[in-house]
Amino acid sequence: MDLMEYQAKELFAKHEVPVLPGSVAETVDEARRAAAEIGGQVVVKAQVKTGGRGKAGGVKLAENDVEAEEKARAILGMDIKGHTVHRVLITQASDIAEEYYVSFLLDRANRTYLAMASVEGGMEIEQLAVERPEALARIPVDAIEGVDAAKAAAIADAAGFGPDVRDQVIDILQKLWTVFTSEDATLVEVNPLVKRPDGTVVALDGKVSLDENAEFRHPEHADFEDKAAADPLEARAKEKDLNYVKLSGEVGIIGNGAGLVMSTLDVVAYAGEDFGGVKPANFLDIGGGASAEVMANGLEIILSDDEVKSVFVNVFGGITACDAVANGIVHAFELLEGRGDQVTKPLVVRLDGNNAEEGRRILSEFAAQAPAGLIEQVDTMDGAARRAAELAAAK
Amino acid sequence: MAIFLDENSRIIVQGITGAEGTKHTQRMLKAGAKIVGGVNARKAGQELDFTEFSADAVLTVHGTVAEAMDKTGANVSVAFVPPKFTKDAVVEAVDAGVGLLVVITEGIPVHDTAEFWAYAQSKGNKTRIVGPNCPGVISPGKSNAGIIPADITGAGPIGLVSKSGTLTYQMMYELRDIGFSTAVGIGGDPVIGTTHIDALEAFEADPETKAIVMIGEIGGDAEERAAAYIQEHVTKPVVGYVAGFTAPEGKTMGHAGAIVSGSSGTAQAKKEALEAAGVAVGKTPSETARLMREIYQKL
Repeated sequence: MDLMEYQAKELFAKHEVPVLPGSVAETVDEARRAAAEIGGQVVVKAQVKTGGRGKAGGVKLAENDVEAEEKARAILGMDIKGHTVHRVLITQASDIAEEYYVSFLLDRANRTYLAMASVEGGMEIEQLAVERPEALARIPVDAIEGVDAAKAAAIADAAGFGPDVRDQVIDILQKLWTVFTSEDATLVEVNPLVKRPDGTVVALDGKVSLDENAEFRHPEHADFEDKAAADPLEARAKEKDLNYVKLSGEVGIIGNGAGLVMSTLDVVAYAGEDFGGVKPANFLDIGGGASAEVMANGLEIILSDDEVKSVFVNVFGGITACDAVANGIVHAFELLEGRGDQVTKPLVVRLDGNNAEEGRRILSEFAAQAPAGLIEQVDTMDGAARRAAELAAAK
Repeated sequence: MAIFLDENSRIIVQGITGAEGTKHTQRMLKAGAKIVGGVNARKAGQELDFTEFSADAVLTVHGTVAEAMDKTGANVSVAFVPPKFTKDAVVEAVDAGVGLLVVITEGIPVHDTAEFWAYAQSKGNKTRIVGPNCPGVISPGKSNAGIIPADITGAGPIGLVSKSGTLTYQMMYELRDIGFSTAVGIGGDPVIGTTHIDALEAFEADPETKAIVMIGEIGGDAEERAAAYIQEHVTKPVVGYVAGFTAPEGKTMGHAGAIVSGSSGTAQAKKEALEAAGVAVGKTPSETARLMREIYQKL
């Protein structure tokens, strides 16, 4: 889960990483009050999970609380790269003497952690890495040894921090490492870390990604979830513990196993090229069990997506037997009807693997008594994808 | 031959008394795997009756992996341990020096995986770790360590390495008339033990494996690295498949590691890297199977 700047700074403050005073506002009134409380010049910053906020006009300086209200009015509701601004961070303004960059991240390829640091902060780090790679120090961090004062000093010195800020940076690096490990983050980034004219070093911005697999250790992280920005279908799916991602397309997808479902989306998009560019409408992995209830919940979410014109159920029975999956589909229809949701969009089902013949027989029997054309079975994944795309295009 | 796992593998199950551990111990026994015991510190000394699934399979629950290895001569462990306790279970298995450890568990915090991987490295990397978040390893007709169904296909000349469980099953099913030396599910987490490259290296050295299927998906750059490795070191024919062309940027697609970040980790980049290394890449799993079939017929 990616955090917004103000949330990242909450975690920074919790672990004593120096940040400037600030507070978050969802309305212009709140923005004005926050600015008045901070006093003097403030910066109004759009809170969205994307870079380039400044260039998009989402970060503005305000001389006082009245001006902060005006700036907040302009920024709230703004669209930045497809993200609507629902809140702004009002923070004390600061003159900047120097800008730096520091981060800790998971290095997947080397199966360890990486510290990155540069005394040339401020610009996009991807750009710095390409244009001035020699200016970006990359220091591997052992997962067991971690970052102590000596390691932090090695990072600071590799990046070439001057003697005027070295001790402060070493201290900040250790505190950021604490954020990284004790909050189960996969990324902690400060860009820019700045030296103010008085010589103090503070984190002017912050980016943190948290590991969702570690939620059991951090129940409080649930509060960071941006429910307002979540897609309503994704929010409902999450409530029902479904592994669902909304996409923009016409063919609803249900499958078992993340790899097979990803592959199903691709195969549908590929088949859809022949039918006017029909695309998959979602990712939904119902996992190994594929019980009737999970199937019903999945179908309910997908059928309530207005964009969906047909549904492709693609199951390979590995551990789960296909007859259980077929019964799951039959019971899902009954459950949905019991809830008052009549299934009207055509379903294409492909069952293969463990006990596929019995599964197909159960479904054929059920299809025969369902309205004509509501349930079709196709034996191959490619063929079924093609049929589902064709049905979606015909609607 | 086969890789990582064969008829001489003696397997213990960490978490044998849990629901998943019990269910899959039954399945592995039925598939002919030599399961010789289990581990659960709180239930040490219990005898578990699995004779319904394999004659004489009365398995003792041991307090530690080391004790289980000592008493049974086990050289493989399969872990079905809840995410919270997996790191400790891996550290225990590494300390005991088990040769192969298959970690099935899904949902392990990545910091825990990074730590147990670093720990295994610091101990000289003597334990081959497969997973986490993987379906395990099967050498059809010889042994089965994990949850890959044993009845899809039998022994044959194809080696398979995949990040995804169900795509492994699908591919084994598509090529069931030819059969497999070993199929390795390496798992869909951002940090995993055994990589595509490790499996490719082992398949290249295995005389029984004549051709290799490699299945990847979005996220990270493991496939690109594997492509470079294939170009340099693999002489056997390789066909590839990559899932996730339609995945949007910044969204995790089921597997914790399956995420396109900015412009990196895309399926397109992986496909291009594999093709540049001379790997035939299928557009769908079935087309990938067809490509393998064509190669097999020319072998």
